[in-house]
Amino acid sequence: MNILMAVLLLGGLALAAGIVLAVASRVFHVEGDPMMERIDAVLPQTQCGQCGYPGCKPYATAVASGEADVNKCVPGGERAMLAIADLMGVPPKEVEEEAAPPMLAYIREDECIGCTLCIKACPVDAIIGAPKQYHTVVESHCTGCTLCVEPCPVDCIDMLSKPEVLEEWTWSAPGKASLVKLEGDSDARVA
Amino acid sequence: MPGLLERLGGLFGGGVDLRSLISPGGFPGGVHPAQMKITAASPIVQSPLPPQLILPLKQHIGQICIPIVEVGDHVLRGQKVARSQGYVSAPVHAPTSGTVLAIEEHAVPHPSGMGRQCMIIEPDGLDEADQSMPSLCDYLDEDPAIIRERIRLSGIVGLGGAVFPTFIKMLRDQRHPIETVILNGVECEPFLTCDHRVMLEHGDSVVRGLNVIMHAVAAKGGIIAIEDNKPDAVDAMREAIARAGFEANIEVRVLPTRYPQGGEKQLIQAVTGRQVPAGKLPLHIGVICQNVGTAKAIHDAVCMGKPLTERVVTISGDAVPHPANICARIGTPMPFLLAQCGLRDLSGVRLIHGGPMMGERLPRMNVPMVKSTNGILAMRAESLYSENAQEEPCIRCGHCVEVCPVGLVPNELAWHCRNDQFDRGQEYDLFDCIECGCCSYVCPSHIPLVHYFRYAKGQVAHIEKERAFAELSKARSEARDNRLAREQAERAARRSKVRKSGAAEAAADASDDTEAGTSGAESGEKAS
Ligand code: SF4
Ligand code: SF4
Ligand code: SF4
Repeated sequence: MNILMAVLLLGGLALAAGIVLAVASRVFHVEGDPMMERIDAVLPQTQCGQCGYPGCKPYATAVASGEADVNKCVPGGERAMLAIADLMGVPPKEVEEEAAPPMLAYIREDECIGCTLCIKACPVDAIIGAPKQYHTVVESHCTGCTLCVEPCPVDCIDMLSKPEVLEEWTWSAPGKASLVKLEGDSDARVA
Repeated sequence: MPGLLERLGGLFGGGVDLRSLISPGGFPGGVHPAQMKITAASPIVQSPLPPQLILPLKQHIGQICIPIVEVGDHVLRGQKVARSQGYVSAPVHAPTSGTVLAIEEHAVPHPSGMGRQCMIIEPDGLDEADQSMPSLCDYLDEDPAIIRERIRLSGIVGLGGAVFPTFIKMLRDQRHPIETVILNGVECEPFLTCDHRVMLEHGDSVVRGLNVIMHAVAAKGGIIAIEDNKPDAVDAMREAIARAGFEANIEVRVLPTRYPQGGEKQLIQAVTGRQVPAGKLPLHIGVICQNVGTAKAIHDAVCMGKPLTERVVTISGDAVPHPANICARIGTPMPFLLAQCGLRDLSGVRLIHGGPMMGERLPRMNVPMVKSTNGILAMRAESLYSENAQEEPCIRCGHCVEVCPVGLVPNELAWHCRNDQFDRGQEYDLFDCIECGCCSYVCPSHIPLVHYFRYAKGQVAHIEKERAFAELSKARSEARDNRLAREQAERAARRSKVRKSGAAEAAADASDDTEAGTSGAESGEKAS
């Protein structure tokens, strides 16, 4: 008798839980590919194509489907690689290429012929200009992907390293060589 | 033990901090570093005018100022030379009369050693003052809004070192009436004595300044908090209060000496016994805190019409032959001040901006003193602890936990920060750390704990910024993809129409290029 009760009780509970789960999976169903979105969210969105895909979302899609390795995003570096490996539940892999320091594109405006080719190349619409007018790069939108350099027929786009400003300076870790050179021993004497 | 007690206190319901029971004097934790107040008995001396004044256009927390005079202009002492931009900002005034030589980037006192826009002024030696600001002697009859505006226009910021624009705190707000104004005369950092000397020598101005603040925020009471290692300052302030006839509403509170009692939240807890809840401001519990030096500056601005152009600085440290308290113009180069104290040869010397506990090591020496400069310490390289100590593994002694005034667990926190596990660090309340340095001070393994926390805070901010930029770039890239898809669809539609009507296809193709270009430009402009 007792054993029957136990079996019935547990069986009933299991059934109820099953129904709840089935309903929940319908009610809370998420459209799209959540894994792709989550990977896309940890990518730097430079849209540079160094991963071999035409942008961050295509790369995220490829990783999510298991087609691409987790270590292909160059600007993302180790941090992005670790985050992706963590999401995918696969062992981390060494990042092969070192990321270049952050850059910004500058158009030498007096040389620009206004051909609009760079505008078409820019993945984030950071270049403004009209045909036969100077073009210019909106600094705050440029991701430094370098994709606009190649198409320019008169080679008037430079990639310059992002200016370092005091407001964005942060402390380096203790013990790590600080970038700041100490003036202490060589500083001028004061008369 | 203290951490445990705090948890227990939490169990008994809000606000009760059992740790304060075992640590008399209010706030938990803290340390007693050697005082080293060598200059306590040295009267304030006035610095001569340097050959050049270097005036950074940002000396406060907030946005940088915009210059309103040009190179070659003649300026007067107290004339506004750069106006504030945005709400959280404080204008900059010419410290003396002279000529604007340049407006350019110059090294400023900052641990990065980087520079920022500065105005270089060559004094003409006449020190002519701009008299345009009338004094508001009868401040009690003035509208508080006028006093607040005067304080804003005078460029006054918190002179204790935080340099937060003072007028922002001086608000009469119906929802948060201020009961008490606390003047911070604690000066708990070793070596520093500038506030001490200000209380001794400018007691009347300090008390008057406190009264101005009380009037501006409609506070009934004022408390001047002083540690018991400065009995002469206690007496001086009591006398000044009596002279001004404010005994009824201003009192001096003597606190047992302990570092970091001068921290805003620690001081409030020590004085009122109440804790400012995490993420809240002192005004939420009806208190505001100002430094005694700030009170004097407020007095000078309101009662004498003098904007903030000078302050008292303690020049000390074991490399300084004649340590002193100097009242100097903002913008005076530090080597010029050190030379007055007999230190001319700066080789092998390390400069610290502020006190030894919270101050920052300056990689560059030719920098000006600024509004936040309460002390300049010149130390011999051999005696700089942080330079000579070797970090060893944590022995889990727990000393750092005992002394942390905020109740953090520095050793665990540092572990996560060292391993770049910033999420875990934030779970351990990284951002509640006030960077007081108590934990590093007591650590027997010489672990630079605060340095790890500064590093981690910077990294978190950096990661946040990158993430925000990535988000923006993602949105822009998606917008572009959508636009391209739309254009392609339109083109296809047009083509089929053209084909149907049998017209020439070439025309449509020729117009494609220009269209893609201009629409790119349009959306770029819109988003910018
Ligand atoms: S390398 Fe990284 S940033 Fe560049 S497109 Fe690929 S995923 Fe995006
Ligand atoms: S520096 Fe931070 S962690 Fe260390 S004792 Fe001070 S508040 Fe606590
Ligand atoms: S004081 Fe230093 S050694 Fe002791 S527990 Fe803290 S970090 Fe570890």
